[in-house]
Amino acid sequence: MNICVRYFASIKDDMGTGIANIQVDDDITVGNLFEKLTANMSYDGTVLMAVNHVYVDSSYKLRDGDEVAYFPPVTGG
Amino acid sequence: MKIKILNEKFDPWQEIVEFKRNELQNNPSIGASSVFLGTVRDFNDEEKVESLFLEHYPDMTEKYLSKIVDEAIKKHKIFDGLVIHRVGELKPTDPIVVVATWSEHRESAFDATRDIMESLKSEAPFWKKEGNQKGFRWVQVANEAAVDNAET
Repeated sequence: MNICVRYFASIKDDMGTGIANIQVDDDITVGNLFEKLTANMSYDGTVLMAVNHVYVDSSYKLRDGDEVAYFPPVTGG
Repeated sequence: MKIKILNEKFDPWQEIVEFKRNELQNNPSIGASSVFLGTVRDFNDEEKVESLFLEHYPDMTEKYLSKIVDEAIKKHKIFDGLVIHRVGELKPTDPIVVVATWSEHRESAFDATRDIMESLKSEAPFWKKEGNQKGFRWVQVANEAAVDNAET
């Protein structure tokens, strides 16, 4: 299935891109996908995850067409 | 309710006056107006700050700010709320964020403004990057409680 992945702030810098369209296996969780995407870089910071602009936890199962975002804790205000 | 994400400098006081006049029609039942204004400091963690870059996640930002203000309106029974937040390049003294609420009495306006600001700090997807003569660095979150809040 097709997933749009977005990265922000320091994670965008680490990944070298802000957006990627990828194909993934059915039933993959948002946490598993992040582990796969960062397999070669041992990312150890806190990561927040959102799907279709809503915060989710790492066990959320992705569906075809989802937009998933990975970013560090927010620092606005 | 009004939520604005701006890429250029703004005058918070003018925005507040215009909102009260245009959106609230200077409602004579209003007895309290509460404002929080956040501005860029020229230091952080004992380091000088010369510039600040603010990144955000379009659409998700507006969605969460609307949710936060809507919750405050219902919880505190205020008339309305306004949130304006900067993105892009900022300099010390520039306004970053303004939160304003209007109610019959002071308690609900004070409480609503504080609740909106605290929720914004832990949930709204904005990130600060500071710049000085040494270079640039992403600002780290001050405490892990904010992370826990954002995940619920």
